[in-house]
Amino acid sequence: MTPLAPGARVRVRDDWPETRGPVHIRTPHYVRGREGVVVRHLGDFPNPEDLAFAREAAILPLYHVRFAPRRIWPSGVSADGLLVELFGPWLEAQR
Amino acid sequence: MSAAEPGESTPRAHHDLGGVPKFLCEAVDTAPHALTDFDRRVDALRQILGAAGIMRVDELRRGIEAIPEATYHRLSYYERWARAITDTLLRKGVITEAELTAALERLA
Repeated sequence: MTPLAPGARVRVRDDWPETRGPVHIRTPHYVRGREGVVVRHLGDFPNPEDLAFAREAAILPLYHVRFAPRRIWPSGVSADGLLVELFGPWLEAQR
Repeated sequence: MSAAEPGESTPRAHHDLGGVPKFLCEAVDTAPHALTDFDRRVDALRQILGAAGIMRVDELRRGIEAIPEATYHRLSYYERWARAITDTLLRKGVITEAELTAALERLA
């Protein structure tokens, strides 16, 4: 898998594995289905979704992805940036 | 996307609390607080289990998240750890229900 470059536009998969049985996922509910921009590739790490069940874990790229808070919380009062650590398989590249 | 704010209409897990607007009204308590002996023992136990290769911190988190919602909100931070460690060790066969029961009876 080619790492996503800084500046790449991505969409977080609108997937809800927690509805299908026991899981451990590091993708917060509030970014699912949302668009953001890759800020940096943080490195490659064993998939915690598998480590949590003591399974063999693939090494996955981890990214900092920036989101526009006002698009997620339209009535929110904060204009702070929102930076979330997300693993590659959760991200779909956007044109 | 719908106009609903995060957490209102999505099937988030009960522990996935970040960004839920109803919690924006409650200030986060950032004051330092003292650890109890129980807290320290549970933390030490988790470190020993990790160093011994018996249980990863990811398994701890998974175990905490698997605590039923009502119990989850009733337990303290380190009580959740103790519950998750216990569940994990039972599931992996490191300890048995009989051993756990016997140990608890000795404490009673």
